[in-house]
Amino acid sequence: MKKQLVELAHARSGDKADIANIALFAPDQATYDLLIRKVTIERVRTHFEGIVTGKVERYEAPNVLALNFVLHGALNGGASRSLRSDALGKSLSSALLRMEIEV
Amino acid sequence: MKSIRIAGGLGFYGDSWRPIKASIERGNVHYVASDHLAELTLAILQKDRQRDPNLGYTRDHAPMLLDLLPIAMPRGVKFILNAGGLNPLAAREVLSGALQKFGIKLNVGVVLGDCALERLDELQAAGVSLAHMDTGEDIANVRDRLLFASAYLGARPLVEALDAGADIVLTGRVADAALFLAPMMHELGWRWDDWNKLAQGIVVGHLLECSGQATGGNFGGDWRSIPDLAHIGYPIAEVWENGDAVISKAPGTGGRVNFDTLREQLLYEVHDPRHYLTPDVDVDMTTLRMEEIGPDEVRVTGATGRPAPEMLKIVAGYGDGVMGQAMLGYAWPDALAKAQLAAEIIKQQMVEVGLKAEETVIEYVGYNSIHGPLADSTHARDLNEVYLRIAVRCADKKEAAKLGRLFPPLALSGPPFIGGAGGMIEPRGLLGIWPTLAPRSVIEEYIRVSVEES
Repeated sequence: MKKQLVELAHARSGDKADIANIALFAPDQATYDLLIRKVTIERVRTHFEGIVTGKVERYEAPNVLALNFVLHGALNGGASRSLRSDALGKSLSSALLRMEIEV
Repeated sequence: MKSIRIAGGLGFYGDSWRPIKASIERGNVHYVASDHLAELTLAILQKDRQRDPNLGYTRDHAPMLLDLLPIAMPRGVKFILNAGGLNPLAAREVLSGALQKFGIKLNVGVVLGDCALERLDELQAAGVSLAHMDTGEDIANVRDRLLFASAYLGARPLVEALDAGADIVLTGRVADAALFLAPMMHELGWRWDDWNKLAQGIVVGHLLECSGQATGGNFGGDWRSIPDLAHIGYPIAEVWENGDAVISKAPGTGGRVNFDTLREQLLYEVHDPRHYLTPDVDVDMTTLRMEEIGPDEVRVTGATGRPAPEMLKIVAGYGDGVMGQAMLGYAWPDALAKAQLAAEIIKQQMVEVGLKAEETVIEYVGYNSIHGPLADSTHARDLNEVYLRIAVRCADKKEAAKLGRLFPPLALSGPPFIGGAGGMIEPRGLLGIWPTLAPRSVIEEYIRVSVEES
């Protein structure tokens, strides 16, 4: 069965120059393990095609059941340079939650 | 065991200081540390300073302090603010003038030495490349367009100002969390190589530096469960000599402090959580624990630190063209299709009037302006209304202004049923951000601290 991440986790995104980070938070260990398996760098890169132009990195913070994605070239040059409505990338978090994974 | 209580102040220039009143009146805090500078803010301050060399600081500092001091002074509460921006001396002059008007005598400290723009030649002569730290690009590509360059300083000069008796410390660019680490160093007797304690201090500062984002604001979880955001409390930290901390907020305020709201803030704007680099310590966030110990009370322990990095970060900004933008709304039926036709009309006319745009962004507000290509098209054909927004990047203001003039005729000579023709939007200068690194020694050599009575 497929589920959208919005049903499984919550997220917050932030900006540093032209790099955005999205931290994805699981409610429990079992969901965290699932996210580690399913929300891969490759899937996130594909998900953000057309928005993110550079590489994607993923870090684990198991103590707070979080995956932290770092998206390079995610902000149309950065908040003070961007032509986009979401110049700060504050909503990239919710855009990630649209992703569907097999559960 | 000794402890101190620190209130989180503003999270950015323009944030509300009303919640700080509750922290002072009912939160028993000894210090307020207030972050007025986002990366974007220096760009705004640079524009101010270009207009008037006496500006360049965040102008909310004097009004905020004049409003808070009547309740803060009787309680002995001290303030640490990075409101100095690009011009801390001017910020102090304005503040001292305002304090004198009300007969208030306080020691106001300033920290100088973060402005690196005039020293870039010297840095390059000393062999510092100043290449873009994310892309490796050569700074020569933007060197003649640079408008500011600010180094992120650590907490040491702030502690020096507090040690010298400052009641208010005004800084320019310092690491945001350093605003919070400074009072801990001043009060709790930590050494500068107590890496684990410094790491705890930085984590606490990082949790508090974005005002309501620690207490249920911008919460990506069950946002409906956060009570009374209209009267949100900003975060308060109690920090003990051994580095342990408890994050809470003032009694009777709205918002929420729990594991979920705090872990969202913990990773906010963080890249590698095992190496959160600050001028004072390299922090490992993955060793810490956050436990809910009561309603709106979370204990934070166990962050670990490694020696501070040899290189400090500099963020520079350079002029990167001017943005022109325009918007117009279209009503059901077929709102999106009408807005798309309007976009086609504008695109053709941009060519015909010779508008030279280096980049064009077309968004449909109400459909895809925030999620872009990820927007769900399921309901695209039956939207109640859609706003067309076009933004262009041009070489100068005159060119960018051409876009706005193409929009009004759409009212009578475009697709039907418009609304929200709200007049022209003034073109705005765009700033590229250039993050780079420089050795600590060449930056810190220029740090100066001065404390004067108002």
